[in-house]
This record gives sequence, structure tokens and C-alpha cells, in this order.
Amino acid sequence: MQRSLMRRFSVVDLYLWAFRIVVLMVVVWGMIGTIMARRYPGDVWIDFVVFGMSQGSIYALIALGYTMVYGILRMINFAHGEVFMSGAYTGYFVAAAFGRSGYLDRNPVVSLLVVLAVAMITSTAIALLLERVAYRPLRRSPRLVPLIAAIGASFFLQYTFRGFFGSGFQAYPEAQMLKGTWVIAGIGILRTQAVVLVASVLMMLGLYAFVMRTKTGTAMRAVSEDREAAALMGIDVDRAIVIAFAVGASMAGAAGFLYAIVFKQVHFFMGFVPGIKAFTAAVLGGIGNIPGAMLGGLFLGLFESVGPILFLEGLGIVAPYQLKDVIAFTMLVMVLIFRPSGIMGERLVAKKA
Amino acid sequence: MRIPIALVVALIIAGGPYFVPAAPAATVGPVTDPVGVVKIAKGAPLTIAYWMVVAGPDASLGTDTKRGVEIAIDDRGGKLLGHPIKLIGEDTGCNAEGGQTAATKLAANKAIVAAIGSNCSSEAVPGAPILWKAGIVTVSPSNTAPKLTAADRGPTYDGYLRTAHNDKVQGRVAAEFAWKVLKVKKAATIHDGSPYAEGLQGVFAEVFKKLGGTITAQEAIGPTDTDMRPMLTKIAAGKPELIYYPIFIAAGGFITRQAKEVSGLPQAKLMGADGMFSPDFMKAAGESAVGMYHSSPDLSPEALGPAYKTFLDKHQKKYGEKPLAPFHPHAYDAAKMIFAAVEKVAKKDAAGNTYIGRKALRDALFATKNFKGLTGTLTCDKYGDCADPKIAVYQTLSADPAKWDPGKNPKKVYP
Repeated sequence: MQRSLMRRFSVVDLYLWAFRIVVLMVVVWGMIGTIMARRYPGDVWIDFVVFGMSQGSIYALIALGYTMVYGILRMINFAHGEVFMSGAYTGYFVAAAFGRSGYLDRNPVVSLLVVLAVAMITSTAIALLLERVAYRPLRRSPRLVPLIAAIGASFFLQYTFRGFFGSGFQAYPEAQMLKGTWVIAGIGILRTQAVVLVASVLMMLGLYAFVMRTKTGTAMRAVSEDREAAALMGIDVDRAIVIAFAVGASMAGAAGFLYAIVFKQVHFFMGFVPGIKAFTAAVLGGIGNIPGAMLGGLFLGLFESVGPILFLEGLGIVAPYQLKDVIAFTMLVMVLIFRPSGIMGERLVAKKA
Repeated sequence: MRIPIALVVALIIAGGPYFVPAAPAATVGPVTDPVGVVKIAKGAPLTIAYWMVVAGPDASLGTDTKRGVEIAIDDRGGKLLGHPIKLIGEDTGCNAEGGQTAATKLAANKAIVAAIGSNCSSEAVPGAPILWKAGIVTVSPSNTAPKLTAADRGPTYDGYLRTAHNDKVQGRVAAEFAWKVLKVKKAATIHDGSPYAEGLQGVFAEVFKKLGGTITAQEAIGPTDTDMRPMLTKIAAGKPELIYYPIFIAAGGFITRQAKEVSGLPQAKLMGADGMFSPDFMKAAGESAVGMYHSSPDLSPEALGPAYKTFLDKHQKKYGEKPLAPFHPHAYDAAKMIFAAVEKVAKKDAAGNTYIGRKALRDALFATKNFKGLTGTLTCDKYGDCADPKIAVYQTLSADPAKWDPGKNPKKVYP
């Protein structure tokens, strides 16, 4: 009895427990400090939450692509941030043409939908091309090989766009319809952000229904569970993989469009940071798990928006927003230490890996 | 006795650095110099290097200064001491890593006589010591961070000068404008962690407080951040009447657009600085830039005189557009200062080869006095500040990049 207790509490465990307690204390201390200071009234907190949710839903849409490809292939598609960028960048040309001709303001809904469609189609096409050219030939090779191929593909896409369209940035035209705020249930919310929130929730619900309810979705889940067994049951594995890539990329294309209507600037390197953040979100939620990616994205966006105020300002840290990324990546480290399978991750990872 | 080869190799690797003096005193031809001598054979080109940000979102800054240098070279007919002037260069990316890479590449080129750059102060912090270690003196046309020419900058910056103003001047003018002309009592500042932005907003805040104003917040963001709304919401809690954010184009564009969308801030006046005084910024910020202020070098005819008008005509003829940023005259002056110093110290031998002592060139540049340039009368102090600083405040009337015409749009409003 005594020996088993000794064995369970190793030095590392003790250290980790102490670490948990310290982190918790710092967080609670910071929160108390901020709340006691009463610098921000309630509606300001609502603003923080809304900003964080809309940023987070963009992360979530990108994270879906990481998580679906990982779920089915056990591979991190590091070129996914560039798939996102290519959608946003290509959408710019259509949007700019609509903006110049005035069509954007005459028919805002139609033209925005066209831009969205162009972004989604471009992203999907590029992802399918990547899958065919860069990943499929490497499917039977060790796991590190496609990973390196993905990094190479990411550079290739970035510098292709740089070569074609220059290293500067382009700015989306502003649609009059999306300027200003709507008041929903007493809360003023920016129109662009309302569109982002609604669109991404709709898309995520659609994706969830697709994966859980349709035959193709079932096939994808079967392949992700056991590729050989699925093939023996007569499931076309290649088709399931291609569909996973296509669906993930179309979500990234949509995210590119939503990002562009919120932030306006697009350039060849814009996919890098959102790509890394979305990867973080996917790991946070449990990579390979679709609801996990959605939750992880929202969670990350929320933490980035609220975290600096809630945890850091109360500790007396000046200019806390400079440390926004620190919060995001500290969270990643925490999750990796204390719950390596992510928030929603099933405890199946060891078996699959 | 056999000595293991591995031991020999290890000894050579370990001992190697001790046998190579970092800066050999050299005697080449008629010139002896403690740092080194550049020999240029008869008819061979004389190499001047630029290290500027000519790609990416801040490319307008580097393209503008590069053009200043090119016009200075044209004005000499492309020749110096009978040698054709060859301009080579590296992109610096407006960040420390880019500055370090560019400087390291240039430092390896022994033919470089002098360099012009960098653009962003963050690049010069690691870059200037690398160049000077290789004996290359560099004159910056647009670094403005006070610490680059501070008394405690250390000997590694001995080869660094600038023709751009020190931000101690720009920050003061901006604060005085805010207090006396706009009559605001409460201001907030934002920087992006770069030496330029951090230094400049610091000077602004200090002077503004001394004048009697209140600084409600000194916030910071990352240069690649895109979502500024939470940070702006935090700033809005202090109810500032003016936000001064002397940062760069991409992040500055995001802040300008998003400040209009955050509740509590639409009434606040916005003010940027010379780092985003460019038509590209108008593209980044869109319509939200209208009404915004910028502190920047004064390029008006009253301040710069008729020579600048001639320069602008040459610029229009050569590039077909208005200058893209405010530092082209500073670059022109930097190039001219270097040419004058080279002419002063270069020696020729009977065969027509030219020899330039690196230390002598550096000393000649630091000795620059009452030098008539486009930006005024330049005199270098012992820490490399050469500028004749004239700062103005501009207000943007139209955000259309095609209507960019500094002085008229953005319109000069102070002094």
C-alpha cells in the first residue's frame, strides 16, 4: 500500500501539481485584481466577448481543415494557412472588380456571395491539387515525409502568390451594407462581425450534419477509425481522403472571405499567423475531433480578446495586448502538459498513433 | 610520431579565430588605415550599398529612399572620382531579423565603400554593428529612434550616422501640436514594440505630460496583429481625445479602420507619424484615414527651398509619380554626404587606382559640417546625428492613393 502510493507520487507529479497551483493562483490573482479595479463596465465586457467570438469563429473554420485531415490521414497539413490565404487573395480580385464597377453597392448580397464562392472554390482547388501532387505519392512513406512536404508546399504557395501579385498588400473594398452596427437584444454588434458569427455557425452546423448524417460522412469516419478495415468493407479510401481535403479547404476559403471582410488587408504572408493559431485551436480542442476544433477556435479567440485584460492587467502588467500571443501559446502548452489529447479529444490517440 | 588528423583539425578550428584579427590595420598602395582600405582598380566601379525595405507592406518607405539615392547618383552623372558608381542592395523587411540578414550579406562584400540605410530603426539596431565590424560606415536616411544616436550607444555603433531627424524632435512637435492646436487634454499612445515606435510614443507622452496633458494609456500591439478591437476597447475606457500611434503601415491601417468601429472612440482624433506617411497607408486604412493627422518631415517649399522643387521635377520625370514616403531628400543628402567624404579621403596612385581608408572615410563623415543638402544645413555630432530637423503635421483630406500629394493632400496644418 505504502509502496504503491510512493510510486504514484513521483517527483514529476509533484512538480506538475505545484505548477498547476501556481498557474491557477496567478490567474485568480489577476482576475481579482482586474475585477476589483472596476475599470470596465458590463457592456465593455460584452464587446470584448463579441470581438473574441468573431475572431475565434474564423480560427475555428480554419482549424476544421487541420483536424479533418489529421483525423483521416494522421498528418498535419501545414500548407492549410496558405490555402486560407489563396482563397482570401483570389476573392480580392473579384471584390475589387465589383467595387470598381459599383456593383458591390447596388447588389451587395449577390456580389458578396459570389466573392465567397470564388474564395471557397479557389481554396478547394488548391487543396485538391496539393493532395494529388504533394501528399498522395507520399502516403505510404514515414509520417515525417508528408509533413516536410506540407511545409514545402506552404512556402511554394506563399512565394507563388508573391511572385504573381507582389509583396505588398491589397485592400478589399468596403461594402456600404456591412458598415456600422446592428443592435441585437440590446447589444450593439458590428455588422461585419454579425455576418462572420452567423455564417461560421451555419457552416459549422452544416459540416457537422454532413459528417454525422450522410453516407459520405460515415465513410470518412470509418476511414479515420481504421483505414484498412474501411477499405475491406468496400469504402473508397482515396475518395474519402479527397473529400476531407475538399471540405476542410472550402471552410478555409470561407474563413478567408470572412477574414477579408472584417480586416480588409490581404497579402501573400497573411496565412501564416492565422494558420498557426488555428492549428493551436485544433490541438486545444483535441486534434482529429471536429466539435473540438470548433470549440478550440472559439475558446482561443475569446482568450485572446479577454485574456490580456482579465489575467494580465490585474497583475499590473502594462500594455497587456502585446502579450496576446503569449496567452494563446501558453494555453497550448498548458493543454499539452495537462491534457495532451485536448479539451474534447477522445482518449484514443495512443491507439491510433 | 603520428599526430591524429582529428586533433589537428580541432586545433585549427579552436585556434583559427585567434590568428585572424577582426579589423586588420592595412597598408594598401599609398593609404594606411587602422580599419581597412578599399582598392578600386582604374575604371572599376565604386560600390555603394543600400539596405532598405523594398518589399512587403512597408516597401514604399525603402523604394522612396532608394530613389533618393538614385537621383543623387544621376546628379553626378553616375560617376565618382572617375569610377562609375554601382548601387547594390538588400531588402531589410522592417524588422530586426531582416536588418541582421541584410547587414551580414553586405558585410561579406569587401568592395562596398559605404552603405545607406536602414529604413526602420529595428533593422539598424542589430545591423549597424555588423556593418561597422566589417569596416563599412552606414548613413541612415530614415532611422529616427533616439537610442541609435544616444550618448550611451557604445563603440559598436561608431560607424553609424543618420540624416533623418531624431524622434526627440518629432515627438515634441507632435505633442505641441496636440496640446496647442488641437487643444486636447487627454491622449493615449500605441506602439508595436519596435525601437522606433516605442521611442517616439515615449517622447510624445513625456512632452504631452509636461505641457499639462494626461496620458490615459500607453498600449502596445504586435506588428503582425490584425484584431485591434479589444485593445482599442481597453483604450476607450480611458476616454482619450487623441490617439497617437507612430507605427507602420499594416498595423496602422488596422487600427485606423477599427478605431471607428469601437464604441467610445469614433470621436477621438487619430494621429500617426512618418512611418506610415505614404499612399500605401491610404490603401490600408481606406476612408477611415480621412481627417487623420500625421507628424512627418516638413517637405514644403518654405522649409526646403527651391532645390527641392528641382528634385521633385527629376523624380516625376524618372519615376512618373509623386514620392511615396517622406525620406527621399534625406536619402539624397546621405548619398551626397558620402560622395563628398569619399572625395575628401580617396587617394590615387600613378596607375589611376583609387584607395579609400575605411576609418578615414568614417571620420570624414562624422566631421561633416555646414553641409548644404536638400533637407537643410547638415552638421554631424559625435554620435552621428546629422539632421537639420524640420517637422510638420499633416491632415489627410482624401484617402485616394491617386490623389497623394504631400503638402496639399495630406495638407500641411502645422507649423
